[in-house]
Amino acid sequence: MAFVLEVLLGGLLSGVLYALVALGFVLIYKASGVLNFAQGSMVLLAGLAFVKAQAALAAIAPFWLAALGAFVFAAAIMVAVAWATQRFVLTPLLNQSQLSLFMATIGLAFVIDSLGQLVFGSEVYALDIGLPRDPVFLLDGVFDGGLLINGLDLWGAAIAAVLVVALVLFFHRTGTGLALRAAADDHAAAQSVGIPIAWIWFVVWTIAGLVALVAALLWGSKLGIQFSIAFLALKALPVLILGGFTSIPGAIVGGLLIGAGEKLAEVFLGPMLGGGIEYWFAYVVALSFLLVRPQGLFGERIIERV
Amino acid sequence: MSVPLPLHRGEPPPAAADPMLSVGNIEVVYGRVALVLKGVSLTVPKGGIVALLGANGAGKTTTLKAISNLLRNDRGEVTKGTITFGGERIDAASPSDLVQRGCIQVMEGRHCFGHLTIAENLLAGAFTRRDGRAAVAADLERVYAYFPRLRERRNAQAGYASGGEQQMCAIGRAMMSKPKMILLDEPSMGLAPQIVEEIFEIVKTLNEREGVSFLVAEQNTNVALRYATYGYVLETGRVVMDGEAEALRQNEDVKEFYLGLADGGRRSFRDAKSYRRRKRWLA
Repeated sequence: MAFVLEVLLGGLLSGVLYALVALGFVLIYKASGVLNFAQGSMVLLAGLAFVKAQAALAAIAPFWLAALGAFVFAAAIMVAVAWATQRFVLTPLLNQSQLSLFMATIGLAFVIDSLGQLVFGSEVYALDIGLPRDPVFLLDGVFDGGLLINGLDLWGAAIAAVLVVALVLFFHRTGTGLALRAAADDHAAAQSVGIPIAWIWFVVWTIAGLVALVAALLWGSKLGIQFSIAFLALKALPVLILGGFTSIPGAIVGGLLIGAGEKLAEVFLGPMLGGGIEYWFAYVVALSFLLVRPQGLFGERIIERV
Repeated sequence: MSVPLPLHRGEPPPAAADPMLSVGNIEVVYGRVALVLKGVSLTVPKGGIVALLGANGAGKTTTLKAISNLLRNDRGEVTKGTITFGGERIDAASPSDLVQRGCIQVMEGRHCFGHLTIAENLLAGAFTRRDGRAAVAADLERVYAYFPRLRERRNAQAGYASGGEQQMCAIGRAMMSKPKMILLDEPSMGLAPQIVEEIFEIVKTLNEREGVSFLVAEQNTNVALRYATYGYVLETGRVVMDGEAEALRQNEDVKEFYLGLADGGRRSFRDAKSYRRRKRWLA
């Protein structure tokens, strides 16, 4: 029993990271109806910028100040990316089909990947933001020996939770949040009441960039910053299909389900099927979901009045 | 026998002393090729309700979008002419700038934010305002006073509201921006006659009590001319006739083509011209 729980918890906690990447997708998809293929690349870029800035600052400042400075620097890079994307990719493609915009984000992914590595280098970097890495034993009294959990994962889950609460409050309690939701619903109507679309895009890509930065810090702490992070985007797709493309809670629940499902399947079904399930399990779940409930668990249903 | 009221056919209308909005001979081109408006001029006096009449494709929506500068979404642009609002040129002003100045469009087909509640829809209309939450909340109450049905349904998703409620929501949303002028596009679309009457009553009330000027594009000529003070008739991108609403209602051609009050094969002003020409030629 303790073992099952341990696998489940480990899976849920790694699912938090999927959820964070999926969250970036959801934000942009909600606001502009575009599936941002470059979200994974944004995570990579944010990570690279942070690591390099931290290394440069570490020589002249104490650890926490260097980390803080690096965070500000990486955040500024993400704001710049958001602005440039809005200015040079989205605005010229205004009123083109969604497919054109999607294709443009594929191009954007290549540009960000290459530029990031050109400027910051393409080695594998270790990333340390001072989170404890020691394993933690939970529920010592209930189970013999307790549950062994990675301390880093627990911190990751806590940070993700704070981020989600902050985002939900932002979207539902502020005027800007209301404008973002309005623009997501009907671009033309939003413009007609005076909401500037270009500004909306800039805000939403900035938020997605900051979410990418947080994801990069957590993934990087665990696995280091390397090129393969850009392919995280692919892992976020089944999460989105499961949770729904338009739902912030959906991205979180989807991430947790995929994370936990993967690990459980690997441990319990793996031996029967010869192992390696972890790599395709998520996609099979997503495929079956598409057949049964295409809008996902929490996705907005398209309202059609007869 | 009543004295025939003055009508204008194409020539520039008499200049109002202090117009809210005046459109001077504008041309609109879509996608750089299709000339849709071929020189449209019109004036809306302060505190007036002006009707813009015409059949499908005559250019009513295009005229409104040219004023509110929403044409770019449809790849259209104003290539000629001038538009002034409250005495200032607004040809180059952005839609959000225009809303701030007090000129807002209620689009055809209502375009409520379907997944937002009615209350959120109304609040979104106050986006450009910078006068604080208290003032916005007070205006929300005022809008509810004009549209009691919106208050009842304020927590329902707008996408599930009825057509009439959505039209009220769209007008209420525009009112939340504290407009001086509302460009109202086809408010009767898809609504039952009784609801259409209700909507126009509200337009009249808002005009009288809040002093909002209206430019209403409408296919329902009968209703529009009963509530408007002045009207313009558009056909294939040109103003073919304009005059006081009462004069238009009494006009034989308007009666025949737009009010359906006579029988016969004539369907538009173009037919009318050829019909007369042939008759003269035979005689």
